[in-house]
Amino acid sequence: MSISRETAINLVLALLLLAVPFIAMQLGKPFYVTLATRMAILGLAAIGLNIALGLGGLVSFGHAAFFGIGGYAAGILASHAFSGQPLDFGLFAVPGSKLMPVIWAVAILAGGLLAAAIGSISLRTSGVYFIMITLAFAQMTYYFAISWPAYGGEDGLSITIRNTFPGVNTLVPQNYFLICYALLVVGLVLFAVLRDSRFGAALQASRQNEVRVASVGIAPFRIKLAAFVISGMITALAGALYADLNRFVSPSMLSWHMSGEFIVLIILGGVGRLCGPLAGAMLFVMFEYILGGLTERWQFFLGLLLLGVVLFARGGLIGLLAGRARHG
Amino acid sequence: MKLLEIAGLETFYGASQALFGVDLDVAEGEVVALMGRNGMGKTTTIRSILAMTPARAGKVRLGGREIQAMRPHRIARLGIGLVPEGRRCFPNLTVAENLLAAARSGRWNLGEINRLFPRLEERRDQMARTLSGGEQQMLAIGRALMTNPRLLILDEATEGLAPVIRNDIWAVIRVLKAEGQSILIVDKTLSELLPSADRCVVLEKGATVWSGRPDELTPSLQDRYLGV
Repeated sequence: MSISRETAINLVLALLLLAVPFIAMQLGKPFYVTLATRMAILGLAAIGLNIALGLGGLVSFGHAAFFGIGGYAAGILASHAFSGQPLDFGLFAVPGSKLMPVIWAVAILAGGLLAAAIGSISLRTSGVYFIMITLAFAQMTYYFAISWPAYGGEDGLSITIRNTFPGVNTLVPQNYFLICYALLVVGLVLFAVLRDSRFGAALQASRQNEVRVASVGIAPFRIKLAAFVISGMITALAGALYADLNRFVSPSMLSWHMSGEFIVLIILGGVGRLCGPLAGAMLFVMFEYILGGLTERWQFFLGLLLLGVVLFARGGLIGLLAGRARHG
Repeated sequence: MKLLEIAGLETFYGASQALFGVDLDVAEGEVVALMGRNGMGKTTTIRSILAMTPARAGKVRLGGREIQAMRPHRIARLGIGLVPEGRRCFPNLTVAENLLAAARSGRWNLGEINRLFPRLEERRDQMARTLSGGEQQMLAIGRALMTNPRLLILDEATEGLAPVIRNDIWAVIRVLKAEGQSILIVDKTLSELLPSADRCVVLEKGATVWSGRPDELTPSLQDRYLGV
């Protein structure tokens, strides 16, 4: 079986990320494990956005809302588990949880519900209006979090001890990295399966021409909404992982900078490409670490890099290495 | 039994009226030619059947069910497959993806389409935008068939194609007719269209002015309604 150049590059990227923590431990620099975990989580969040943006052409400038709600799901459940007080919903109360699978399920569900609500309104618009309306919704969640004192308001919410996973000591950085890495791989597989399915073909077709899609019996709105919801769910899961990595959630996870960062990751790596988000996340975190150590104004150089990519390498890093996208 | 029934269809583009009362029907297994000079409302009629330009007055029934208030994708799903004017494929999807996106279960599937158009099989992983005009037209027909429509609508399916390709497309239309596929067809090549059609409907200034069998469409009528 021959593999394409892009597949080879994807494999190299994935293996490279997997190797970082082990090399870091050999070198006695455990901090790099955290960096690699951050790459995996941001990569996963951007994979979520890549479904909406890369396949569906939906430029969502509000994915921080899903990232943040995932983070808050983790923070809130953990804080209730820690204090022993159940979450009070008025009619009923549920206990908090320190179990990651439970937290992930809640984060995914919350992200999906929020995406369904935001999507069902935003997807009635397109183009620049879609960008602005998703931004507006995300800013609403941001200000809601700031003004909600029960969970820290502007100060955010700490997770006292990292949440647990059955049979794994999550306090060991490499273990937590492996959990995040495994979910990243699941995200990549899901993206590939979706892209190559009938759903994926219809989604990409509706990006190209809605009227033509309707004429073959596909409802463009529904298919985009489904994509937007799946996209929000994946990004929310990444948010829960991010909260556990930092053991801290704050409204900054919901801010528009975060939404912009996800878009930047995808553009850096390659829009619509399977490993574009991962490549973008690895590049971004590396850039942030190396240049951030040299100058406080590292984002100026990130801007230059982004400019270079947009002007000279439209396919991002993956496009540069593997050639033009199959889907232009 | 009538598959498609249209009565008194009136359609507007903004303030200007394009259709002033189109009457048309297609029976099961029938091939109906929709004729008329340029600008007489043929494409608008097709757009109104699929509610892409919704009609303001009149009725459209498919299999006895009123469809004029439905949205385009619902109508398509009820069984109308459109091959739009100008071979409109999804340019940035591969041939196989173009077909797959439209697929609905029934007689027509990838294998059957490939048998009908062997060229599409050869090009299956190529982007639609890289196909020749004739191949794109085959793809557009294949995509419409993949929805397994009860009624296939062909809007100028052979326009602007090389004669060889044109003949291939007409051969396919004859195969579909022989299989009992109901077809509503708009085309300018009368020499091919008339022998293939069971009935003709002529539009003038947005209204139905004549309908009958192809052999009743005498040269003088052709000159009156279709001549330039």
